[in-house]
Amino acid sequence: MRHVFRRQRRLLLLGGVLAAAMLSAPLLTPSARAAEPIKIGFGMALTGGLAGAGKAALIAMEIWRDDVNAAGGLLGRQVELVYYDDQTNPSTVPGIYTKLMNVDKVDLVVSGYGTNLIAPAMPIMMSRKKLFMGLFGLAANEQFGYSNYFQIMPAGPEPKTDWSLGFFQIAMEQNPKPKTVALVGADAEFARNALDGARENAKAAGLEIVYDNTYPPATTDYTPVVRAIQATGPDVVFIASYPPDSAGMVRAINEVGLKAKLLGGGMVGLQYASLMTKLGPMLNGIVNYDFWVPAPTLNFQGVNEFLAKYQAKAADAGVDPLGYYLPPYAYAYLQVLGQAVNAVGNLDDQKLADYIRANEFDTVVGKVRFGKNGEWAKTRVLQVQYQGVKSDDLEQFTKHGTRAVLYPKEWKYGDLIYPYAQ
Amino acid sequence: MFTADLLLNAVVAGVLLGGFYAAVSIGLTISFGQLDVVNIAHPAFVVAGSFCVFVLNERFGLDPILLGLFLTLPFFLAGIGLYRVYFTCFERHGEESLRGLAFFFGVMFIVEVLLIMSFGVDYRLVDTGYIGQSIKLGFIGLPYRLLVPFVVSAVVTVGLYLYLSRTFTGRAILAVSQDRLALRLMGANPISIKQIAFGLAVATAAIAGAMLIVIGPVEPSLGRLYIGRVFAIVVLGGMGSIGGTFVAALILGIVESVVGTMFGPSWAPAVAFGFLLLTLAVRPSGLFGR
Repeated sequence: MRHVFRRQRRLLLLGGVLAAAMLSAPLLTPSARAAEPIKIGFGMALTGGLAGAGKAALIAMEIWRDDVNAAGGLLGRQVELVYYDDQTNPSTVPGIYTKLMNVDKVDLVVSGYGTNLIAPAMPIMMSRKKLFMGLFGLAANEQFGYSNYFQIMPAGPEPKTDWSLGFFQIAMEQNPKPKTVALVGADAEFARNALDGARENAKAAGLEIVYDNTYPPATTDYTPVVRAIQATGPDVVFIASYPPDSAGMVRAINEVGLKAKLLGGGMVGLQYASLMTKLGPMLNGIVNYDFWVPAPTLNFQGVNEFLAKYQAKAADAGVDPLGYYLPPYAYAYLQVLGQAVNAVGNLDDQKLADYIRANEFDTVVGKVRFGKNGEWAKTRVLQVQYQGVKSDDLEQFTKHGTRAVLYPKEWKYGDLIYPYAQ
Repeated sequence: MFTADLLLNAVVAGVLLGGFYAAVSIGLTISFGQLDVVNIAHPAFVVAGSFCVFVLNERFGLDPILLGLFLTLPFFLAGIGLYRVYFTCFERHGEESLRGLAFFFGVMFIVEVLLIMSFGVDYRLVDTGYIGQSIKLGFIGLPYRLLVPFVVSAVVTVGLYLYLSRTFTGRAILAVSQDRLALRLMGANPISIKQIAFGLAVATAAIAGAMLIVIGPVEPSLGRLYIGRVFAIVVLGGMGSIGGTFVAALILGIVESVVGTMFGPSWAPAVAFGFLLLTLAVRPSGLFGR
């Protein structure tokens, strides 16, 4: 009798286990896991000196996420952005990315905005062999040579020199050729890289460097700097500056009446709507780098639709209302990532990196192909000249004309006014 | 190349810059130098002043410095309110030094974050008729952008100096910094005197903020760049001396400007602070301190 009960109990037990297994099967099968979103993690400058562009970039990235999710997500999964404010402070970056990978367990990582904020994350990415999409780092990978890093700023394969190559080429095309150059910039990673490249370009062009100095980023008044440059009497002045110093230098140049023939080159911030509107006519004649302007030669597929969506959101967010500078590229670097994920079919960092390295991508900033060190295979740093800018008018920048595209030749739209006249 | 007129221009530019630094520091001279309130949030108040001026300038189109003068009254009242809170929570219990500092640190962050939430993080500038132009006196160029703040700063400094040395309340403020008990015996309430003084200090932040946004673009966390300089100027001038602050600010401005022009701008902060250390080594109470 007991023998029979034990067998029955065993059968009941077995039946119970099987039932439990069948009931819990949905929790274990891949289709249930498919509901989990793909998490993309990053730090971004939401406060501090670069926050104007950082916040604008975040808006662009959120538009990308919404576009992708509306179309069904990546690999059938929704995309979620996990991000923290790096405060434009490089020392926060390692902690942020460590948290993203160890605690938040993100699937993919991308960089924040700016050379100073990308470089500190590189060692972590290299040790974990993560794919790392970079947003506007100037030669951030030069020292590391990491093969899974890809940078969306169109600096080109030799970023330090490609950055200012167009500026110096324009200078040397003039007749009579300029003879002397002054190099000045902020004492920060980006500006120093830009100045290194400018120095090489100047030497290659046979220009004599008569002034070569950096200023601390916290400088209040740039009049002494401009006067010192004036005293050396240069034909060409190359400036590598961040937004507050760009504005300060432009004003000081106008006040001192700097008599150079070609001026500008690497001034970040002159592309921002707020600075362009306020500096107005003081910008006229300055030749500066840019990445996208509303010129007919740069009308890439999707860019105008994207800008319309961006501009609708930017108005409320207190960021750059036009969004020509960073946002299209912030959208594009995620486009590359998304297209790679869909093409490869999984989230393996190495496979994605290999795919990105070998293929060309169609984005809102045109066709993108990566080359040496993850930089663009072909440079597309534009040199534009501000012309006919009037004061206090934002609309004028939405039409072509206020920024004549001078270089590279294949995107040219407009002509240079030389020498730089007050 | 590097000639006498370049040097002279550098000195003049330094004087103008120094005038601006004086306007930013003078409030701290009163609150830190005279009242011993470690108001580390003072530069944040200056930035808040800049943003208020920016908003009013966009709305009404009036001159920023004029708007700064209008804003002194609301800032004065805010300063009184803030001092009351500080006194009730900290000074009354004798815990002002460390906890008071922590309190003002907190105030600094709160002001910054409120500015970010209201205005966003973009740089803000104002444009007036005179920014971008300068007067030329022979070979000396004086940009209006720096000249106007200098003149206003000099007027404010002289005004404050006269107020503190000639009026009853002013003298009471100087007295309370020296000996609070004696002041009570004289029949003045030290607390109401101190709150007026603190209110005055915050009021100067409104004017300094107007100057700041005239001189260059402003974003909410800009105040942090000035904390070191402002405290250095107050200490160098001799804590609590209005004239000393002005002179110290001029010296700092001249040193920064001349070194920046002649030797390279990277050296300017190092030499400026080196001068501060040298002075303190020779004269620990500062230039005009007692």
